[in-house]
Amino acid sequence: MALAAENISLHISGFKLLRDVSMRVEPGTVSAIVGPNGAGKSSLLKVLTGEMTATLGQVDLNHQPLNTWTLKQKAKMLAVLPQHTALNFPFTADEVVALGRIPHQTGKYQDELIVADALKAVDASYLERRFYTQMSGGEKQRVQLARVLAQIWQPTQLGNQFLVLDEPTSAFDLSHQKLTLEIVRGLAEQGIGVVLVLHDLNLAARCADNLVVFDSGTIAAQGAPEEVLTEQLISQVFGVRSIIAKHPVTQKPLVIT
Amino acid sequence: MRRFSPPFVIGLLVFLLPLVVIFAIGTGTVNISIDEILRAIMALLPSGSASASSQASTILFDIRLPRVLLALCLGAILAISGAVMQGLFRNPLADPSLIGVSGGASVGASMVIVMAGGWVQSSAALGLSAVAMGAFTGGFIATILVYRLATSNIGTSVTTMLLAGIAIGAIAGALNSLLSYFADNDMLRQMSLWQMGNLSTANWSRVAIIAAVAVLLVGLFPRDSRALNALLLGESEARHLGIDVQRVKRRLIVLTALGIGTSVAMAGMIGFVGLVIPHAIRLLIGPDHRWLLPGSALAGAILLIVADSLARVVVAPTELPTGILTALLGAPFFVALLIQRRREI
Repeated sequence: MALAAENISLHISGFKLLRDVSMRVEPGTVSAIVGPNGAGKSSLLKVLTGEMTATLGQVDLNHQPLNTWTLKQKAKMLAVLPQHTALNFPFTADEVVALGRIPHQTGKYQDELIVADALKAVDASYLERRFYTQMSGGEKQRVQLARVLAQIWQPTQLGNQFLVLDEPTSAFDLSHQKLTLEIVRGLAEQGIGVVLVLHDLNLAARCADNLVVFDSGTIAAQGAPEEVLTEQLISQVFGVRSIIAKHPVTQKPLVIT
Repeated sequence: MRRFSPPFVIGLLVFLLPLVVIFAIGTGTVNISIDEILRAIMALLPSGSASASSQASTILFDIRLPRVLLALCLGAILAISGAVMQGLFRNPLADPSLIGVSGGASVGASMVIVMAGGWVQSSAALGLSAVAMGAFTGGFIATILVYRLATSNIGTSVTTMLLAGIAIGAIAGALNSLLSYFADNDMLRQMSLWQMGNLSTANWSRVAIIAAVAVLLVGLFPRDSRALNALLLGESEARHLGIDVQRVKRRLIVLTALGIGTSVAMAGMIGFVGLVIPHAIRLLIGPDHRWLLPGSALAGAILLIVADSLARVVVAPTELPTGILTALLGAPFFVALLIQRRREI
């Protein structure tokens, strides 16, 4: 059971956005996708989540082609947090998070409990009755994170669950970046497969089991962060000279530029 | 911003609606007291012993009641469609006319008025129905055009639809001007009266049609409330929440076109209700469509009944087009809400 992309190519109006990309997200693991702007990270996420159909290749969710699941079934197994969500209606935070319960029929009482727990998990309980339209960028992003957490809060009998996050930490301060990584690791421990796009290589190295480095529409390297991150790869993909050190505490690779 | 509890607001509106209806059927060139209204209703019952003056009961049941019911259904349809369109377009300032239906309907109506020439007047009833059919057809054709323009193999783009609506609206405006240019004085007056919106053509058969449409819309729209809530996040977000966005969109657009097309056909262009009522209700109880849709329908019905009653009495014995009064009544209320909210933010 996994979320797996096999030999994906995506061509849009003559541009080859993805070329022969394969990756597997195993349940209980965290995959981080890094790479320069325009390398195709977001395109891969769109194909992985079924928002775009690959020109060639196939995406499987729990041993079944992604598009053979009904939208409802898919929503119970796969939650997606896009980079930006333009919500300009004055929902309160708990109403936004409650939208994550739409695919489920668990009843009002249980949904309310889950919503409160999800807000607490992202350190946003104090926002509960506040209006989304009046929040700061970081607060909005935390509420949206809570929404996708609420969507996969309970396991489903359909199969393993997966969470896809596109740059979840872009608007966060240090403490919330750290909190996000802890949430992601915690979800993996519960058996959820997490895919996230990150820009910060050190964050990615710290939380990922599988680090996927993207370069111009194809995967330049993937594997454990310690094996993947080399000075040569970083200069080749990002065009930046760097030193790879070891984090004194976590022993994870540390990219110094 | 402070919100009121949705059940409280809806309860209040449910309570107000019958009061407004009774007030409206009693008001007019001839005022009828509540006493007489009750007696007339009693007289309808087979066991009724009370007898009402036949004049009062004729006014009540042949003139006032159909008109009030027409206003009730129209107001509900306009407001609930407005709420749905604002949700679908994720724009609190959207309005049913955005999908081209009003523009198309007005061209359809003008065309029938001009083409038919004097015939519309000579057989008023038949002529008016022809104008209504023209309006309905025009509205539907415009909506289909806008929808087709905005739909490609990847789905219906809401932005393109908005722009296509503006383009079709511009074409409709030009066609209308062209038709007015060729129209004679009498037709011009008819066209402009029709565009102001008027409920004076009410009769029981029209009430039956509009009531059927209103029941359909008020029954079907709320089933997509949660989908509309999810759509406020964006279309791909809604899809990830398990909503079949394309089907929901198509269903909502077809129903709106049906509702607006029918109401324009019945009473001409009554602006403002579809734009402002949902907006005002949203300010009061928040954007959750599970409450917003019924709230808008009730408030729209109330506003239109009140506006139409005033239209009948302010310049009695003649009457004003209702569309003028909906704007005159609704706009200040809306401005007051805006000012109050601005202070609180």
